[in-house]
Amino acid sequence: MLFDRLGLSLHYIKPRTTVTSKQQVKMFHGKELWQVVSMASRWTRASCSLTLNLYRWNKTFIHTSSCHRKCELTSKRYQVKRGNYNQINDQNIKFFTELLGPHRIIEGESELEGHNTDWLDTVRGVSSVLLKPKTTEEVSAILTYCNQHRLAVCPQGGNTGLVGGSVPVFDEIIISTNLMNKVENVDTWSGVVTCQSGCVLEALDQHVADFGLMVPLDLGAKGSCHIGGNVSTNAGGLRLLRYGNLHGSVLGVEAVLASGEVVDCMTAMKKDNTGYDLKHLFIGSEGTLGLVTKIAIHCPSRPQAVNLAFLGLSSYENVLKTYVAAKSKLGEILSSCEFIDRSSLECVEENLKLKPPISSHEYYMLIETSGSNGTHDEEKLNIFLEDVLGSGIVDDGTVASEPSRMLHIWGLRERIAEALHHEGYTYKYDISIPLSHFYKMVEDMREHLGSKIIRCCGYGHIGDGNLHLNITTEEFDKEVLNHIEPAVYEWTSKVKGSISAEHGLGFKKRNYIHYSKSSGAVTIMKQMKKLLDPNGILNPYKVLPDE
Amino acid sequence: MKLKPEVRQDRPSTRRVQGIRGRVQLFSIKSSPFTITMSLRVLVGVKRVIDYAVKIRVRPDKLGVVTDGVKHSMNPFDEIAIEEAVRLKEKKIAKEVVAISCGPTQAQETIRTALAMGADRGIHVEIPAKEVEKLEPLHVAKIMAKLVEQEKADLVVLGKQAIDDDSNATAQMTAALLDWPQATFASKIEKTDGELQVTREVDGGLEIIKVKLPAVVSADLRLNEPRYATLPNIMKAKKKKIAKMKAADLGVDTSPHFEVLDVADPPVREAGIKVEDVDTLVTKLKDAGRI
Repeated sequence: MLFDRLGLSLHYIKPRTTVTSKQQVKMFHGKELWQVVSMASRWTRASCSLTLNLYRWNKTFIHTSSCHRKCELTSKRYQVKRGNYNQINDQNIKFFTELLGPHRIIEGESELEGHNTDWLDTVRGVSSVLLKPKTTEEVSAILTYCNQHRLAVCPQGGNTGLVGGSVPVFDEIIISTNLMNKVENVDTWSGVVTCQSGCVLEALDQHVADFGLMVPLDLGAKGSCHIGGNVSTNAGGLRLLRYGNLHGSVLGVEAVLASGEVVDCMTAMKKDNTGYDLKHLFIGSEGTLGLVTKIAIHCPSRPQAVNLAFLGLSSYENVLKTYVAAKSKLGEILSSCEFIDRSSLECVEENLKLKPPISSHEYYMLIETSGSNGTHDEEKLNIFLEDVLGSGIVDDGTVASEPSRMLHIWGLRERIAEALHHEGYTYKYDISIPLSHFYKMVEDMREHLGSKIIRCCGYGHIGDGNLHLNITTEEFDKEVLNHIEPAVYEWTSKVKGSISAEHGLGFKKRNYIHYSKSSGAVTIMKQMKKLLDPNGILNPYKVLPDE
Repeated sequence: MKLKPEVRQDRPSTRRVQGIRGRVQLFSIKSSPFTITMSLRVLVGVKRVIDYAVKIRVRPDKLGVVTDGVKHSMNPFDEIAIEEAVRLKEKKIAKEVVAISCGPTQAQETIRTALAMGADRGIHVEIPAKEVEKLEPLHVAKIMAKLVEQEKADLVVLGKQAIDDDSNATAQMTAALLDWPQATFASKIEKTDGELQVTREVDGGLEIIKVKLPAVVSADLRLNEPRYATLPNIMKAKKKKIAKMKAADLGVDTSPHFEVLDVADPPVREAGIKVEDVDTLVTKLKDAGRI
């Protein structure tokens, strides 16, 4: 029987918003076994949770689709007023059908349920048209038309955004980059990869792996997110510590403005100081200044030797000491330093049935090293581990260098968001704060919220000073939300932190921008938006605060 | 009441092995709260295979897969076997767990992992790198049988199969060579008196059998969930002993019995075709000779 084979499906799938389509699961181990799994229709009213039990030899479950409890409409829950845009009519549909062909336009609100709701089931729009262009020219034609007819659009990649920025709020036309997934060129000498914006991150990474390169970006949603979306939101991820920000790795961007004009800032050169560097406008503007269609990204060499240590600690002070020790003893081979608290790991254990490699501790750290020489790295890592274990700052831990084990350990960190989603509704906060205050925020919020919530936990990229604070309740509760916000933003503002370290502002945080940016800066942002998108059709109701 | 320890009767002319090698000590009869402790010596075979998360590539000469520079790890079923042996030791059913690996020099890392998981010592049967690929289950079974005699083992636990060759033969062959009972595809092992009660996973469901010790058991997936080696144990494992020897030292000839002719990737899955209606579907199926 097929399942008797050790076909390991290590390619877990995030709850996806694609509906009807049969999801393909890739299994490794030399044989490419494609298992077509059909998912139950997501628009059934029954709040069933479809957990697809795909055979993994380590017996974990892959939650492919959480058939929900239909989420409340964004416009109702957040009291948003529709902007001055036209409604879509049959003429418009005719134009799009002629432009793209009948197969690349999806109509009907019920068909688009997955595209109208975000991954976390927290926001829902009512769009009834989704377009799937394949080339930059088609995107340009679409936007020219939409600008002329004052139709709002919502660019969408993998729809894995966590701040409601990837889904429409009202009936914006969704422009999906799903079919723009060509990798145009891989320059093996310089390591520059040129591709369209709809390439799925993990697929792109595997493609460049054949050339000995790796994409400098890695996040939990890699199986679904598009590189264009990553660039538009300036995604951070697990390896920012080592490979830096996308502002540094992305060398060239081609984007289409609201008017339909194609802005070509593509270059495969690492150095180009000619004029104002416009590509940075599109990196991180979350699709509000232009729709990114192509990118050129510098990919570093794929490391030959990767090691991962999972450590258990008893106090936050020890966490900081370990981090400092890691920086000094591991130095240049340190590629990731993550932090998980007990509550988050318990959530993963309970909800996803993943077993942690060590017993229960108050805090955990994942320290990854990558380099070109296995022996050298292992020696350094052993010295570091002996030191931290010997001095008592680390209580217990395990170390792995086999890909299978590392994937399992990384799964404990990458799937926390998924595990939290099982509990009901997640209030997610992604803040940058000074390391000394890192865990204090979680403790303060826990105290502040008391018994109103199921869980208040913190985990994150301690190497970047980025905390992911998550609070769960069974259902969305306006009272709880008002209790959390703006308290959490005020706390962050007091320590001069950032209210959104890497998730962006999207829809949910747009009105809190003042906690981290001066009013003068926001004014200039608004002016730039007016300049590049006078009709305001690109991703409205996002990023910039309401008037 | 003291039982006389059973004396092992050795018949050098045959390979038969008799009797319980350990000492059975009954402290009191029936109503005693004390458990009967057996002191079994358990041999566990571990194999160094390509890690299951690695993408396999066929070698250009099409006679094997690329192994140079590819990440290897312990065969997952062997991890389960080691875990079971260590659990037996924790339950005081086994007194010593010996990890054995037949392979190249790097197999020592695999043995170290086994030691870090709780094995007491290791034996590395060195096979030159060029011959590793040609090593067959029969060779390994012969080596295991010889080592069982040398080490005077009471129980052999092996993984059900290796994930690189999927032979599923070593445990069975070892048992046959030793003329020991075998309990393959074990998903549960319980100790009862001088026997093992093993639940086997078979096609029809679960089969529960009793095997007399000494025996050979092969571990299946659901036997247990292997532990991760924690750092203190990894440090301790560095000090545990690994004995080295060659197959020839055990009198085993490792010349191959068969030759691999060709190794190829499975055919690429072709794209499917969409048809407009049922009639077209039926026509297409007929054309393809399916109906």
